[in-house]
Amino acid sequence: MSVSLKAKIAEVFEEPGCDINQGKSEKERKKGCTKQLNPGAAAGGCAFDGAKIALQPIADVAHLVHGPIACEGNSWDNRHSASSHSQIYRTGFTTDINELDVIYGGEKRLFKSIREIIEKYDPPAVFVYQTCVTALVGDDIEAVCQRATEKFGKPIIPVNAPGFAGPKNLGNKLGAEALLDYVIGTREPEFTTPYDINIIGEYNLVGELWQVKPLLDALGIRILSCISGDGRYNEVATAHRAKVNMMVCSKSMINIATKMEQRWGIPYFEGSFYGIGDMSDTLRQIAKLLVQTGAPSDLLDRTERLIEVEEARAWKRIAHYKQRLAGKRVLLITGGVKSWSVVAALQEGGMEIVGTSVKKSTKEDKEKIKEIMGEGADAHMIDDMTPREMYAMLRDARADIMLSGGRSQFVALKARMPWLDINQERHHPYGGYEGMVELVQEIDRAIFNPVWQQVRIPAPWGDDGETLEAALSPVHAQLTGVAAKAMGLEPEEIPG
Amino acid sequence: MASVVESKKACSVNPLKMSQPLGASLAFLGLDACMPVMHGSQGCTSFGLVLLVRHFKEAIPLQTTAMNEVTSILGGYDNIEAALLNIRKRAAPKIIAICSTGLTETKGDDVDGYIVTVRKRKPELADTEIVYVSTPDYVGGFEDGYAHAVTAIVRTLVKPLPLKADQVTLLPGSHLSPADIDELREIVEAFGLTAIVLPDISGSLDGHIPPDWRGTTLGGTALEQIRAAGASAFTLGVGEQTREAALALQEIAGTPLEVFERLTGLECNDRLLQRLAHISGRPVPAKYRRQRSQLLDAMLDGHFYTGGTKVAIAAEPDLLLAVGCLLHDMGAELRCCVSTTKSAAHALLPAEQVILGDLEDLEKGATDCDVLITHSHGRQAAERLGKPLLRIGFPVFDRIGNAHRCQVGYRGTMALIFEIANTMMEQIGHHHATDWPLTPEALRAATHGATAGAPVSPGPITPSLAEASA
Repeated sequence: MSVSLKAKIAEVFEEPGCDINQGKSEKERKKGCTKQLNPGAAAGGCAFDGAKIALQPIADVAHLVHGPIACEGNSWDNRHSASSHSQIYRTGFTTDINELDVIYGGEKRLFKSIREIIEKYDPPAVFVYQTCVTALVGDDIEAVCQRATEKFGKPIIPVNAPGFAGPKNLGNKLGAEALLDYVIGTREPEFTTPYDINIIGEYNLVGELWQVKPLLDALGIRILSCISGDGRYNEVATAHRAKVNMMVCSKSMINIATKMEQRWGIPYFEGSFYGIGDMSDTLRQIAKLLVQTGAPSDLLDRTERLIEVEEARAWKRIAHYKQRLAGKRVLLITGGVKSWSVVAALQEGGMEIVGTSVKKSTKEDKEKIKEIMGEGADAHMIDDMTPREMYAMLRDARADIMLSGGRSQFVALKARMPWLDINQERHHPYGGYEGMVELVQEIDRAIFNPVWQQVRIPAPWGDDGETLEAALSPVHAQLTGVAAKAMGLEPEEIPG
Repeated sequence: MASVVESKKACSVNPLKMSQPLGASLAFLGLDACMPVMHGSQGCTSFGLVLLVRHFKEAIPLQTTAMNEVTSILGGYDNIEAALLNIRKRAAPKIIAICSTGLTETKGDDVDGYIVTVRKRKPELADTEIVYVSTPDYVGGFEDGYAHAVTAIVRTLVKPLPLKADQVTLLPGSHLSPADIDELREIVEAFGLTAIVLPDISGSLDGHIPPDWRGTTLGGTALEQIRAAGASAFTLGVGEQTREAALALQEIAGTPLEVFERLTGLECNDRLLQRLAHISGRPVPAKYRRQRSQLLDAMLDGHFYTGGTKVAIAAEPDLLLAVGCLLHDMGAELRCCVSTTKSAAHALLPAEQVILGDLEDLEKGATDCDVLITHSHGRQAAERLGKPLLRIGFPVFDRIGNAHRCQVGYRGTMALIFEIANTMMEQIGHHHATDWPLTPEALRAATHGATAGAPVSPGPITPSLAEASA
């Protein structure tokens, strides 16, 4: 690993905005905060993956992966980060290095690749991602990018986050460092207003930013830049002129917020667009900080009035489902902000949270969960649940639905239990007031789909294929199914 | 027939190719109670896993040795040992199958040597078979990784056994789906033969509900079956990629072989049935004589829509050959062919050239074509060109039911013809009055020397005629 990357990682770990880090001794802090991975029992993406997730939503940039085919060929076009303008971010660019590049180095190929991209696609900037193999053979992407920037007169930005540097989370931060080092503060906006904010760590998955933007628009608040969802290179470059930074998604890009505060004195706060109460708090915080930094104070009243209208409307729409969803038990397997921010909405829908995973959550996240769930919250916080345990929990009907990311969906589906995707591969946006209503709607749609009755009908024969009660069983099962549905019973509750 | 042209570009744009370790992992997923492991950084496994999940819509057991920069430089023995012990403890598989990655190959880890050492140091691993294949990311592609993995399974686990005259080994290529494998097994069994399918993703990735949760693969070729392959009377390979493993079987157990370059089409399936009739000494079952006749009829019905169609197709070599040849058999023109890696299959392709390139090459070559045929990543190009996309191969992540799409045998060929023909049928346009303007030359010729003057009025229409036309 190059000296610069090592220094960068140490710098990222030296996070003033992280209480845990600040509580550590000097020696502990040097070790960094990445958990050592367990070979043969690890999951999750690498640092390169994390850097790409964090930066790829900048939509008018060409994202070039310098490495063998695995890094881009196995992974491109796999997220639903939406763009309202350029589509070039969805194009997969890679140097696809071969054996000779490994032996002689891939810098020439990288330089030529940048030239080809500029000649054919002419983007405002190119981001070059380092990977394990090219880092190991010693390709100096910083030097190549510097040379290319001079030669082509366009910003060519090195993103030095090879996969073996650590997990996805570290990659998010290393990607953010690239923006801090090379992008933010390199351009001036055409004009500024007292209502300019940056949103940091929002990736506009399935267009979630657009569920929130109308609220800001209505208040006259301008998103100077969103880092990085629906982003434009030139907007990100002017981010240093914002009055307030909002940091979304827990700590994934906290280094941008803290360093922008240090460099340009921009105050930041952490907020979430998930959950009704959190959405309102976020709007209040933005308004408060903007007024503190010089915006007219009528913004506060306008914000309160908007919140009142929006909340009333959202709760009314959710109440519609309350009767149907009351008492339904939800198993929530996700991480970070989502482990608590959707809990309130689910509880408002009358649902009971039988478990929420806290594996990826910070201490503050856990405190929040306790605050929301009250007594006995500890019992429902799951630190590390194996798929086998989740499966057993669902199969034994100790939960009615599981909300999780795509990889664990089969745990629920194979247990013939409803499942809803709430991570990055999902197709439904759950941001803001609109999004929470949509989430409750989707849960309702999942739980009450009659397919669950269908797939739980036992085959009218045994494992050996010999018929058991062949004449009676299917008819009986169907009739009890119909009766149970009419009585609102779960199949497990049907007397045998 | 086609000449192979390598792309001259430095930058691959919209990759068609996927990496060797991913192909190797697919092969290992076709073994029962197996845990495939990528020896590399956790991202290698994570990307592969996500892609396999998106295609098969199944839980995918796939582990990593979680290399970091220090272990990469010092060597990954400790990580391999820890991974083997962890996996054995947590999932208790019968087989742990390891493939290397670009990272560990660049450093030059001697995994074969590591396995010898770990066997000596950790006797508790004696109940677990370990298969290893070298698959650097920067050499070859998905199909190569799969081919080498199948060969590694054969070389590690198959020993010569006394001949069983009614048993054959079937080696499916990586382009065959679980449904394809089921179809071929049914054909083989119809001749009274038993088939050992290696590897058999029809048992593990066909999408079924197991009675309990398992951390390993949920079916596939069992260890005993792999070993029993040493007794087979014949090896049937589907796709050039299987030749390497078929030759290994011949070398180890003396098994004669035939590699079918494809089993999508008429004549190749005739040869398969002939071969099976020969091995079994039985006539071709009536069922297949009937299916053959149905296929002939489908070809007749379908050729109206495929004849003269200009096709842009991008796929791994054996799949390109299978679908490309069928299209050619049905009168289509393979205008633009793109593939990922070198293969003997390219020489058989009825096209002028095959570009070893990417989907940018396909998009460029497709401008005057009627249809694009490639995996789901072609969707952006198809959208930009406003042309239909027929999804084939891996990954197809924006359609469900991939495991159950059958494109081999008479029946599968027929299904594919219908799919292609229906795609083309949807494109049949309606013509308009101005579609066929005359050339300026013709107009000049027609008006030259005409008498000048007002056009002659045809006179009033008689009421009876007007009524009739109304």
